[in-house]
Amino acid sequence: MSIFEYNGSALVAMVGKNCLAIASDRRLGVQLQTVATDFQRIFMIHDKLFLALSALASDAQTLHQRLVFRHKLYHLREERDMKPETFASLVSAMLYEKRFGPYFCQPVIAGLGDDDKPFICTMESIGAKELAKDFVVAGTASESLYGACESMFKPDMEAEELFETISQALLSSVDRDCLSGWGGYVYIVTPTEVTERILKGRMD
Amino acid sequence: MLSEAMDSPKLGFNFDLYTRNHMLLTKKGLKPPGYLKTGTTIVGLIFKNGVILGADTRATAGSIVADKNCEKIHDMAPNISCCGAGTAADTEAVTDNINSQLKLHRYHTGRESRVVTALTLLKTHLFRYQGHVSAALVLGGVDLTGPHLYTIYPHGSTDSLPFATMGSGSLAAMAVFESEFREGLSREEGINLVTKAICSGIFNDLGSGSNVDICVIEKGKKEYLRNHLTPNPRTYISSKGYSFSKKTEVLHAKVTPLKELVNVVEVVGDAMEE
Repeated sequence: MSIFEYNGSALVAMVGKNCLAIASDRRLGVQLQTVATDFQRIFMIHDKLFLALSALASDAQTLHQRLVFRHKLYHLREERDMKPETFASLVSAMLYEKRFGPYFCQPVIAGLGDDDKPFICTMESIGAKELAKDFVVAGTASESLYGACESMFKPDMEAEELFETISQALLSSVDRDCLSGWGGYVYIVTPTEVTERILKGRMD
Repeated sequence: MLSEAMDSPKLGFNFDLYTRNHMLLTKKGLKPPGYLKTGTTIVGLIFKNGVILGADTRATAGSIVADKNCEKIHDMAPNISCCGAGTAADTEAVTDNINSQLKLHRYHTGRESRVVTALTLLKTHLFRYQGHVSAALVLGGVDLTGPHLYTIYPHGSTDSLPFATMGSGSLAAMAVFESEFREGLSREEGINLVTKAICSGIFNDLGSGSNVDICVIEKGKKEYLRNHLTPNPRTYISSKGYSFSKKTEVLHAKVTPLKELVNVVEVVGDAMEE
């Protein structure tokens, strides 16, 4: 088994019309045994910026704590929040620094930038950024997620429709992956509010 | 951790996690990760007035296409560009790094950067890491000594050539160049030849695909033609889109309204005075 499949995860982020959605599954496992069914992989960095970390859970939590630390220092120095593009560059640099002994993590970054323009990107474990205008996926269920998102995605969806699309894509993909599932967390971010929903999925 | 952020940052790579990763991979018998590669067909040729660089736009993670439209032509200086093949993180990091070093060098010397400077900086960096920084590059630019085109291999060796190809699609592209290249091509002919070579890579090599990016560098100007050719559009697009018959079941929903920005209007003069 690969180191990325040790804990199991599924992450997806999608862009809508002036809004975005980021979703993850809820399982935490140790190879084939399930240890938790409410594991948080999506973290809020500030009001309009979310970071989700897939693969090895301990590296996900360490990286999250280091990034929150760096963002807080930035906030103290600059007296404002970091833009999503800047944050993505910060994550990429931190991951590349460990090029020959990497964090076993694939981050997905989603945020509203200047003029509330949605920004999503994913990176592989050594920091190669992949910017996308439609959707990004990560985790053990990524191959199914690519297929589901490719067919279900439409550009310029409103918040409600975006929620439905991302939830259906996530749930149908994790159903085809043994290592992820047990429900889902979905965050819909619009310029005025953030809606967090917990989805009911197959518990197997 | 406080010291690492507060003091000046340590330069170069950080090997802190090496022992832990080694333990995980050997003791626990887990396999190491595969990195995002850029499969790739990258080419360059020298034409009458300068250099033309070309690249495809597919990025692969194993056999899955991770990015259908990535950018493989990187900026090194206002008169120099570089195409990158190999591990995506390495090509991006090494070209960004040398871009910054060239900028500092330009401030220091007050002169336009030379292609050989970029070449030397790149090859010494790659040689120092003995091929572990897996970046294969095609470097091209026009400086006061004329147009130059170089290939740089991951171990640090370089070649100076009139036309060059790198990446998994290099054989397909080189076949096109070897049959049709001649000295003194015009700009139009050069762009067409580069496009033909990249298309040869896109259609015949499985590691390359999607669109063609071109960069034309002449004395005093650089033109980046992003998605110059898109020979692979989505064939069947359903006009209806996807519709879901059953709505997703939600266990719990929480709405957090975001803080509103309040505009504070400054009152000029004393508001009390009448």
